[in-house]
Amino acid sequence: MVRKVLITAIIVAASLIAVSVGYAQGGGGDFPTDNDVNEIAKKLYCPVCPNTPLDVCETQACQDWRAQIKDQLAAGWTEEQILDYFVTQYGERVLAEPERKGFTSLVWLLPVVAALLGTAVVWRVLRGWRARRLEIEEEAPAPPPPIPSEVVSQIEDELRDLR
Amino acid sequence: MLAELGLITLILAFAAAVYAAAASAYGGQQKRHDLVASARNATLIAFPLLTVSVVILVYSLVAMDFSLVYVADVASRAMSTFLRVTALWGGQAGSVLFWGWLMSGFVALVVLRIHEEERELMPYVIAVAMGTTAFFIGLSLFVTNPFERFWHLPGATELTTSLWQPAGAMRYVLDDGQGLNPLLRHFGMIGHPPTTYIGFTGFVIPYAFAMAALITGKASEDGWIRATRRWTLVAWLFLSIGLILGGRWAYDVLGWGGFWGWDPVENAMLMPWLTGTAFLHSVMIQEKRGMLKVWNMVLIILTYALVLFGTFITRTGVISSVHAFAQSAMGPAFFAFIGITFLGSLGLLFQHLKSLKADHEMQGFLSRESAFLFQNMLFLSITFAVFWGTVFPMISELLTGEKITVGPPFFQKVTGPLFAALVLLMGIAPFFSWRRQSPRRLGREILWPFLLSLVGSGLWVYARREHPASFFALWVVSFVVAAILYEFWKGVRARMRGQHENPLLALVRLVGRNSRRYGGYLVHLGVMMIALGFIGDAYFQQETQGTVAVGEQLTIGDYTLRYDDLRQYAGSDGREVLEATATLFKDGEFVEVLRPRRDFFLVQRQPVTIPGVHSRMAEDVYVLLVGWEEIGLTAATFKIYVNPLINWAWLGGFVLTFGTLLALWPSGGAAWASYAFKPRESRLAVGLGD
Repeated sequence: MVRKVLITAIIVAASLIAVSVGYAQGGGGDFPTDNDVNEIAKKLYCPVCPNTPLDVCETQACQDWRAQIKDQLAAGWTEEQILDYFVTQYGERVLAEPERKGFTSLVWLLPVVAALLGTAVVWRVLRGWRARRLEIEEEAPAPPPPIPSEVVSQIEDELRDLR
Repeated sequence: MLAELGLITLILAFAAAVYAAAASAYGGQQKRHDLVASARNATLIAFPLLTVSVVILVYSLVAMDFSLVYVADVASRAMSTFLRVTALWGGQAGSVLFWGWLMSGFVALVVLRIHEEERELMPYVIAVAMGTTAFFIGLSLFVTNPFERFWHLPGATELTTSLWQPAGAMRYVLDDGQGLNPLLRHFGMIGHPPTTYIGFTGFVIPYAFAMAALITGKASEDGWIRATRRWTLVAWLFLSIGLILGGRWAYDVLGWGGFWGWDPVENAMLMPWLTGTAFLHSVMIQEKRGMLKVWNMVLIILTYALVLFGTFITRTGVISSVHAFAQSAMGPAFFAFIGITFLGSLGLLFQHLKSLKADHEMQGFLSRESAFLFQNMLFLSITFAVFWGTVFPMISELLTGEKITVGPPFFQKVTGPLFAALVLLMGIAPFFSWRRQSPRRLGREILWPFLLSLVGSGLWVYARREHPASFFALWVVSFVVAAILYEFWKGVRARMRGQHENPLLALVRLVGRNSRRYGGYLVHLGVMMIALGFIGDAYFQQETQGTVAVGEQLTIGDYTLRYDDLRQYAGSDGREVLEATATLFKDGEFVEVLRPRRDFFLVQRQPVTIPGVHSRMAEDVYVLLVGWEEIGLTAATFKIYVNPLINWAWLGGFVLTFGTLLALWPSGGAAWASYAFKPRESRLAVGLGD
């Protein structure tokens, strides 16, 4: 019974994840509004200020850049064309999200490698611990009569609750 | 002349700190308790000496002594007294002095406490902690001195700044100062910086104890961990409060509608918090099972190095541009200090590696121990991702010459899955028992919370079905909350059955008797509430921007905002204020009149956008005035954000604080009785074993 409920529950949870992953954004209009401009400006950083996204930057220069994006949208440019234009004009630093090519791809790669490496190390440590425990158990003289692990953990849990 | 007195006490404090570090290290090594006792006294005198310097600097700020360079930099006549006091930490020189003062306060408190069991560690605790304190006082004295004055040399066109009067120079007093950076002129100035600094400096205590344990060969025992558990928790609590207050402050003044922007300065604070949190959890394994001894050393060394690194990048501005490194005189000295601290500590650890053998072996894959290991790995992976993203622009500029930006999308994408895994583990791990756990029993334990979470998040998903991307995150949070509540319920039920208590009494006694454990669960609950704030920000935030004439409306979701009026007036504090009046309606019903503002600080030529916010537990409506028609003020541009769930983050901060205080609560015996001004000679003598 328990197992059935568990399996059903896991399936429900898994479908939730699937829906999350499958979600994609839509949108787009014909006449450029401030919202359309901000949608693109959000993906850019002010080329001259320290660490300020273009959509919230207050300076006159940034207002001009936003006006420029609006003009470009009105002229029918796509988002990609506008982003490319800003990169050629002001360099890679205008992109909020670093590119995934060349030297810059390292910024994406290393954290993933580190997390995988970390998992591998933890796994090895756990296995090492277990192997050593088995060795010790083999060496040990006549072990005491075994208590079922359920009973042990139940006792432990009840002790935990009392504490 | 007061400033000279402050300078003299600063010099004396430096001498006392250097002496304390040297004498206690030598005294500990030679087993000379007279030297150690004298170092202890020097530690106790350094704090009042620094206090005099700090009080004098605050007085100079309040009295506006514009002959001092620091005062002229951060104070001005237009600023309120409150802000002039907070200007103590508003600039580099003042904040370094403040930092040294706080740290020496922590160290003084520690030596006042009687460490009956850890007395052998004390000489080296003093040596390490006062060595670090001496470095900061030294920075304040030699590199960035807050008591520097302006001088006018005959015939010179520019003013000279110097501590001492140059030959033939005249003292020069400015009429008015620059004043604080406008963004800092906010009530939050009293909360975020001091709490952050207390959190940062507090970590010196567990670090110093860890180093002392290594030096004395006592690292294998868990004395240093038990002695510093509360200190670590206090430091961690202040760092957490500092992070939350910083987020709140950013939300109130930075005008981008959010509270966390993955800015290098924010990341610098987050990193030691992450490793510090890992440390707090990981030491439990050492206490209970005598395992992970080396690892805990690594974690505290890393945390402390990240504290120093955080201070380094916020105070030298090295991240926004590599060139700031050379501009700030602090850069090289600080960088060297971090290197020496980090490598020195690791070296010490390697030297004593053999002595740190685990007392027990791991029993099963499914156990509290392995959960802790994975949790550590996740915390460290997140820390690394944040670190790498933060320093990468600098590395890129150094190696390829190309400046790049690593913005929020990177951090969200890389740390998001790791955080989700961590939160999930947070829900399951309390159900794991030490040593080993049978999978079937684990399944039975988590079944109820799991079903409850499916129902809870199912309802939520139905209400918010337009945002499928959020489903998984919401389910994770629901599961963890259900798991925590289930733990409370199990405990209460056991007491109700066993002791025949009513539910309320059972709850109070349960928490009272296990304040550490249930305080910890409350902290987890607080963290989940903060996670809700992040989920609201990541998935449900709506924004719109538009220009409207007086009487016209903007619509966002169920809300409409009617633009009524715009007026301009001279505000206090040297600012020109432009304030809009706008009425907010929800489904056509009147809600509130909002007054978003744009304050322009004339001296600094800097605008600050102050939002008008309608705030409820479910959501905030956050209105910014971003533009206007110059002539006649007839049209204005507004940016409106609807920020669901954001207030849960602030509320979560309170729950987290309460939970930590519960976990800190001494279990029996008056806490103050364990402090003494004068240690008994015999104690020290016995401690040094002669």
